[in-house]
Amino acid sequence: MTTISAPATKPAPVPPRVQFRRRWDRRLGFIATHAIGIALGVIFVLPLLFVFLTAVMKSDQAMTSSLWPTEWHFENFVEVFRKAPLLEYFGNSLLYSALATIGALVSAIPAAYGLAKLKWRGQNLFFMLTVAAMMLPPQVTVVPLYDLWVRMGLTGTLVPLIVPYFFFDAFSIFLLRQFFLTIPKDYLEAAKIDGCNEFRAMTRVLLPMARPGIAATAMFCFLFTWNDYFGPLLYTGENQDNWPLSLAIASFRGMHHVEWNLTMAATALIMAPVIVLFVFAQKSFVKGITFTGVKG
Amino acid sequence: MTSVLPAETATSSAPAKVRAGSRRAKRRRTVFYFMAPATLGFLIFFGYPLIATIYYSFTRYDLINPPQWIGFDNYVRMFTSEPLVKTAAYNTLWLVIILTICRVLFSLGVASVISRLKSGVGLVRTLCYLPALAPPAAATLAFVFVFNPQFGPVNRFLHLVGIDGGLWFNSPVMSKPSLTLLALWGSGELMIIILAALLDVPAEQYEAAELDGAGPVRRFWHVTLPSISPVLLFGVVNSMIYALQFFTQAIVAASASAGTADVAGNSKLIGAPENSTLTYPIWLYVQGFRYFNMGYAAAMAVLLFIVSAAFTWVLVRQLRKSQHQEEGA
Repeated sequence: MTTISAPATKPAPVPPRVQFRRRWDRRLGFIATHAIGIALGVIFVLPLLFVFLTAVMKSDQAMTSSLWPTEWHFENFVEVFRKAPLLEYFGNSLLYSALATIGALVSAIPAAYGLAKLKWRGQNLFFMLTVAAMMLPPQVTVVPLYDLWVRMGLTGTLVPLIVPYFFFDAFSIFLLRQFFLTIPKDYLEAAKIDGCNEFRAMTRVLLPMARPGIAATAMFCFLFTWNDYFGPLLYTGENQDNWPLSLAIASFRGMHHVEWNLTMAATALIMAPVIVLFVFAQKSFVKGITFTGVKG
Repeated sequence: MTSVLPAETATSSAPAKVRAGSRRAKRRRTVFYFMAPATLGFLIFFGYPLIATIYYSFTRYDLINPPQWIGFDNYVRMFTSEPLVKTAAYNTLWLVIILTICRVLFSLGVASVISRLKSGVGLVRTLCYLPALAPPAAATLAFVFVFNPQFGPVNRFLHLVGIDGGLWFNSPVMSKPSLTLLALWGSGELMIIILAALLDVPAEQYEAAELDGAGPVRRFWHVTLPSISPVLLFGVVNSMIYALQFFTQAIVAASASAGTADVAGNSKLIGAPENSTLTYPIWLYVQGFRYFNMGYAAAMAVLLFIVSAAFTWVLVRQLRKSQHQEEGA
């Protein structure tokens, strides 16, 4: 074993008293930050915990200010399905989210490739317009779009929510472009010298390498559509059969307005898929979020 | 690219030029195939409605009868004779200012605590991010329950330490601060973005500053802040736009706290209590899709567009600048 020699310049000797004080400062700082860190974590999770605890209470206990259930009624989660057609709403949500996510990937992958790996005039303009489309509130364009779908007779269905994703989803294009930029061009050049055209270079070389980025984009799209409230309220609002969970949950309390325990059980059920998804795919989530910051 | 081009320009005979021309045409076709679907989608679902909104804003339109040109009437009505649009604009402005300041400072605070942790970073980060994932409608219901004035856990805790809890979502004074708290609870995304930026600050800079005798405050001011300022600017613009389109939380909180929740929204409950949660996008929605004053809603949309476009422009410029810096490096 070779020993690593000490750094050439020794730091100036620190008097023992100062050393002692510094060590204590460090320790106090360590304890303080960790205490605050733990407190923050607890505060953030507490509301979710209260939702769960209330969900398993008896309905009259949920109306009192007690925090801990005296009896654990896990059957409340089943009861919720009897009170409202939650499974149908769940199906609608799944249909909307799954199809929109597929659509977003199908349309955004080539566009993001075109923005990240091809060179053409107007490229920058297209990218800036994409960013603008991503940032502008949906309410800005909603009047003519609604008009369009009414004239096609498709309001009340999920079609107006899903179809646009098959053409243009600004956020997916933006995020995929950020991921594609991190993949070195050399691999694509090599593939093209070997006789691949751009399309094959994209599907055979870039896409396998960008798999984590594609997964992250898909999850964000799924999450956004699963959580979406404004879109479904606008287009399916009249037709309860096509409601996704997000709309159903908001009206659930209207139907059973005294039963906080069931309302919270339903609330926990709609949060569950998202939390499960996150627990399994935390890394790509975090990577995707940091990519949405200005760094790229 | 560069590896192919020089060889070709070296043999500058006539056939090579023709080949270069057809290559360019082929290239252009490739770009066309890649960009066509997105361009089409952009034009149909973004470009067209953006322009059509401006047209509709000068008309009276109820979806059934054809739009009728009325000039600036919608705008005149917006600025003079309709009181609720002012309430809505005020509420949104309140959120844009207060919520943005709170969200950025809070995210920065939480992120800098997390960045100092020696262990458990992953766990704490996960716990702080979790609420941001919850569907806003569900998160709002959860929050309205937790802040329920009579039996909510928050007021119960406050009672234990001898404080009379507030009315939260049930009081017109407290409703917007309560919505702000709800937004802070769900601001995990911004925290993670800021956290990533904080962890990216080179450690040598801190060491150098420490050797120069800078304390923690000076180090934060002179080392941390300058290097994360682009991300903070992103946070500010992002939060402003978030506040500008505040919709779901406000509409769900209003009806849930008022006793009954109704999805397509009982008009009486919108903005409850006392219109204190009536945001601009909610009033636009009510005017356009409840009262079918599509022209008036379009005029409101134009104003929303102007304001949010100004914010977006700031961000896009910043983005461009950081891109140039990267290319230059």
